[in-house]
Amino acid sequence: MDDQADVVVIGGGSTGCGVIRDLARRGLDAVLVEKGNLTHGTTGRMHGLLHSGGRYAVSDQTSARECMEENRVLRDIASHCVEETGGMFVKRPEDSEEYFQQKLEGCRACDIPAEVIDGEEARRREPYLARDVEKAIAVPDAAIDPFRLCVANAADAREHGARVETHAKVTDVLVEDGEVVGVEIEHDTGPGKRVHREPGTTEEIRARYVVNATGAWAGRIGEMAGVDVEVRPSKGVMTVMNTRQVDTVINRCRPKGDADIVVPHETACILGTTDEEVDDPEDYPEEEWEVDLMIETLSELVPALKDARTLRSFWGVRPLYEPPGTGTDDPTDITRDYFLLDHDERDGLPGLTSIVGGKLTTYRMMAESITDHVCEKLGHDAACDTADTPLPGSDDFSVLRDYMDEFGIRSPVGRRSAQRLGSRADEVLNGADPNPVVCECEGVTRAEVQDAIEGAGSDLNAVRLRTRASMGNCQGGFCTHRISAELAQEYPGPVVRDAEDELYQERWKGQRHALWGRQLSQAMLNHMLHATTMNRDGDPATTDADVDFGAFDAGTGPAGADGSEVDDATTGVTATDGGLDGDR
Amino acid sequence: MAIDSDVLVVGGGMAGIAAAVTAAREGADVRLVSHKASTLRQASGLIDALGYVPATEPTTPLREGPPTAGRELDRDEWPDPEGPLSDPYEAIDRLPADHPYRLVGPDALRDGLALFDDLVGDAYLGDHTDRNALVPTFGGSVKPTARYPAAAASGLASDDRPALIVGFRSLTEYDARAFADRLAAAGVPFDVAGAEVEFAEAFRADAKVTRLAKALDRNEEIDGTPAREALAKAVGPHLHDVVDAEGGVDRVERVGFPAFLGDDHSAEVRADLADRLGAAVFEIPMGPPSLPGLRLEDLLYDALDAAGVRFETGTPVVDYETDDDGRIDHVLMDRKGTKVPYGAEAVVLATGGLVGKGLDSDREGVREPVLDLHVPQPADRYEWFVDDAFGEQPYARFGVRPDDRLRPLDPDGEVAYGNVRVAGGVVGGADVAREKSASGVSLATGLVAGREAAREVTQ
Repeated sequence: MDDQADVVVIGGGSTGCGVIRDLARRGLDAVLVEKGNLTHGTTGRMHGLLHSGGRYAVSDQTSARECMEENRVLRDIASHCVEETGGMFVKRPEDSEEYFQQKLEGCRACDIPAEVIDGEEARRREPYLARDVEKAIAVPDAAIDPFRLCVANAADAREHGARVETHAKVTDVLVEDGEVVGVEIEHDTGPGKRVHREPGTTEEIRARYVVNATGAWAGRIGEMAGVDVEVRPSKGVMTVMNTRQVDTVINRCRPKGDADIVVPHETACILGTTDEEVDDPEDYPEEEWEVDLMIETLSELVPALKDARTLRSFWGVRPLYEPPGTGTDDPTDITRDYFLLDHDERDGLPGLTSIVGGKLTTYRMMAESITDHVCEKLGHDAACDTADTPLPGSDDFSVLRDYMDEFGIRSPVGRRSAQRLGSRADEVLNGADPNPVVCECEGVTRAEVQDAIEGAGSDLNAVRLRTRASMGNCQGGFCTHRISAELAQEYPGPVVRDAEDELYQERWKGQRHALWGRQLSQAMLNHMLHATTMNRDGDPATTDADVDFGAFDAGTGPAGADGSEVDDATTGVTATDGGLDGDR
Repeated sequence: MAIDSDVLVVGGGMAGIAAAVTAAREGADVRLVSHKASTLRQASGLIDALGYVPATEPTTPLREGPPTAGRELDRDEWPDPEGPLSDPYEAIDRLPADHPYRLVGPDALRDGLALFDDLVGDAYLGDHTDRNALVPTFGGSVKPTARYPAAAASGLASDDRPALIVGFRSLTEYDARAFADRLAAAGVPFDVAGAEVEFAEAFRADAKVTRLAKALDRNEEIDGTPAREALAKAVGPHLHDVVDAEGGVDRVERVGFPAFLGDDHSAEVRADLADRLGAAVFEIPMGPPSLPGLRLEDLLYDALDAAGVRFETGTPVVDYETDDDGRIDHVLMDRKGTKVPYGAEAVVLATGGLVGKGLDSDREGVREPVLDLHVPQPADRYEWFVDDAFGEQPYARFGVRPDDRLRPLDPDGEVAYGNVRVAGGVVGGADVAREKSASGVSLATGLVAGREAAREVTQ
C-alpha cells in the first residue's frame, strides 16, 4: 500500500524520540505520534539527572554499567543538553559506613570513576553542604535537559524523513487478521503544529510495524491491541528551588529512601523524590507531605534549603516493569532495567513490540536495541550510528562567542542563549531584529521564542519547554503576556488569547505547591498584575459580558462626553462621617 | 529618648498616606514611617474603586482531597464576574459581609476618592462623575476604574473617536495588533487598529521605559532627529490604518502609546506629539516598572509634605510595647542597628498585603509581622488556593480583620488594641485584584483609619 509507513512509534518521550531518530537514520519510513507535547509524559517530569550509574552501583549493577556507558555517549552527542556538574554521594554520621564502602566498590566494579573525598573537601567544592557531612564519593553525574534532548532527537529524525505528530492521541491499535497493522489517531487541531481553535481530525496510519514506547501508559496501548502489559507506575515528587544552592549533583549515600537527591538544573535546583506505586499514571494525589519531606530531609544535607524559596513542585511517574511472577512489593526494589516485549513471541500478536522500564540516561541504548529488533523483523539491514553522530545543536559546539556585539543582545543573555541553542545559536539569533528579551528571569530573547513558535505552533507550553521562558522566579507573572504577544505576528487574536490563558494556568498548577513565603508574595503580585492591571479575569473580550459602553464615563474632552451627565443624587444624603454612626 | 507624636502611621503606600493626611487635617501631629518603597510603582497608576463583584461560589463543586496529577481533568470552574460595573457604589451591598467596604460603608469610599482628588489636583480625572471609566490597559482590553491620569484620558473606551494603538518592536509588553484585536473583541464603540513601529531600537538593547521617558522629556536627538519628532515620524504612516465597519478608511483621532511619554514633562510631551500627529494622544497603563505609578508616588509624597506630616523611610518596626491598658504604647524602630522607641496615642498600621510584605508567611502559616495581629486562615496551606488561577483564591483575601472602626480583632473577635487602626492591603476580606478595588479600599480605609486615629487623640 502506498501510504503505508514502515514503522509507527507511539510516545514522544525520550525513548520514542530516540527510536524515531534511530529508525529514520537507518532509512526507514517512520512516524512518531504523541498525545501531548514531546516529553509530555514521564520525560518532562523528571529531575534531569544524567546518571553516572553510582545510584545503582550496589543494587543493580547491570543498570549501573549501562548508565556509565551512555553517560559518556551523551556528553559527546548531546553536549548542548548536558551540563557537566559532577556528582557526590555524601555520608552523614548516621549513614552506614558499610554501605559507603559497598557503594565505592560497586562503582569501581562498574567502571564508574569514583573518588573518595573528606567532608572538608566536599564543602570546599560545595560550601552549602552540612557541616557534619563526613565524606563523599565523587562520581561523574551530570544534569541533562530532557526537553532539549527530545526536541533535538525529533528534529534529527525529521531531517531524515520522519514524520512527528504531537497532540495526536492514539485512539485505537489496528489489528487485522491477528496482526497489528497500524494505529488510529486523533489530532487535537489537525495534523502538523498545534494551533488553538483549529478543528480536530482523525487519521489512520498504517504501518508494517508498531512500537509502543509509552512508558507508564504502555498498558493502555496494550489494552487497545488486546495484550497485557503490566507496567507498575510509581509516582515521585520534584520540588524546584529558585536558585542553585549547589552546583554539583548531591546524592545521599544510603541504600534507599525518599528525598535523597539534589540536582542543579539551569538556574534552579531540583529536589527529589518519592517512590509510591499508583494505579493510574494520570490520576494520583499530589500531596503536601511529599513537598514537606523534600525540604525537611534534604536540608539535612544542605541546610540552606530549609528556608529557601521554592518555585513549584511537580510529579512524574516511573514506568517500572518487572517480568510476571517476580512479585516485588516495594517499588524502590523494582529493577530500573528495560524490557523489550515482543508481542508476537509473548502473546502471538505479530507487528507490535512494547518497550518498558528503563530510564532517561539509557534512552539511546534502549532505542538502539528496539531499532535493531524492528530492523530484524522487517528484514532491513542498516547499522546504528546514533552513538557517534551528534544531535542537531551539539555538532561543532566548541566556540562560545560574544553574542553581545554580534546579535545586539546583552552579554549574559547571549551566553545563556548560546548555551541553550548550542551550535544552532547563529541560525536562531539571526532570526529577529530587534531582539529584545521576552523572559527576563531566564534571559530568553524574541529570536528564541520565535524559533520555538515555528516548531511548536501556538502551543506556548511547548515553547516554554524549548526555551525555558516562564520557568524562572516569576513563574510567568511578568512574561506570559509577552510570550503570547509574540504569537500575534502569525496567529489571530482568539488563538493568542487562548494560548496565553493556557500557559498562565499551567504555570499556576505547579506554584500551588509552593505557596508560602516569597513565592506566595510573588503569586499575589502576579494576581495583581494579571487581574488588577490587565483585567484578565473580567476582560469583556473573553467573558460573555455585554458591555454598555455608554453607561461609563466618556471623559470631559470635546469629542467624548455628551456633557449631560451629573453626579447622582445620593451625595450628601447619608451620614458624612464615613458611616460610623451606628457604632457610637 | 522616645520620639513621640499623636498619630504614628506605619506604611507609606496609598492607605498610609490617606490616613496620615486625614489625621493631620483633623489637627493631629502625625508621623509616617515606612520600611520599603511602596508598591505604588508596581501598580498601573489607575485609581480603582469597584469594577466587578466576582463570583465566590464555583459552578461545579471543588475537588475534595489533595490536588491530583490528572492533566486531562478539568480544573474548577467559576462564573464570570458581575461587571464591569458602571457604578462602584451601588454594588457594595453585594460584596461579602466582611468586606472592608461593607465595614466602612460607601460614603467612606466617596470621601476617600474626594481626598484623592484633592491631593493630586488636575493630574487625575474622573471626579466629574460617579461612574467608572473603562480604560484600555495592556495585556487585556479595557478595565473599569474610578480615576485615571490625565495622560490616559483620551483613551477612554466610551469615547467613539477612532483610535490607533502604537506598539514598539523593541518592547515586548504587548503587540499592538493583538491589543487592537482584543479591544474589538470587547465590542468597544470605536474603530481601532494596532501598529508596531520602530523607534526605541535606537536605544541600547532592552532600555527601560524610564530611559525612553527621559529621552522624550529632554527631546534628545536620535540619529540626528529630536526624539519627539522621530516618534511622530514613526507613527505618521499609520494614521490611516483604521478601517471602519463599511470598509472605509478613517483618519484616527487619537493615538495610544505605552506609558512612557515623558516623566517630568509628560504633559508637554503629549501636547507636542498631539500637535505633530494632529490627533489626541494618550498613554496606556502598563506593568512594573510603571511610570504612572512613579508619577503618582511623587504626587502623593508632595501632598504628604504639604499636609505637614513628617515622614521617614528605610526604617523597619522591629518590636512594640503595650501599656497597662493593653494599648500600644510605642513601637521600636530599627535605626541603623539601634532600637529607637516611637511613641504615639494612636497607631495606624498600613503596611500592605502579601506583596508589600505587610503579611508574611511560611509553610506553617500567614502572619502580620509588625504587631503580631491575628490573620484568619485555613490551617492547611493546601486550602489557601483553588485550582483556577482566576478563581476565588482564599490567599487573595488574607489579612487582618477589623471591626467597623478598623480596630484589629483577635481570634475571639475582640478588639486587639484599642488605639490601633488598620488600613489598606493589610486588611483582609477583599480580593482587590478581581474586584478592581485596590486603590478604593486603601483610600476608604486609610481615610477612616486617619479620622479614627485623630479622634483617639482628642479623646
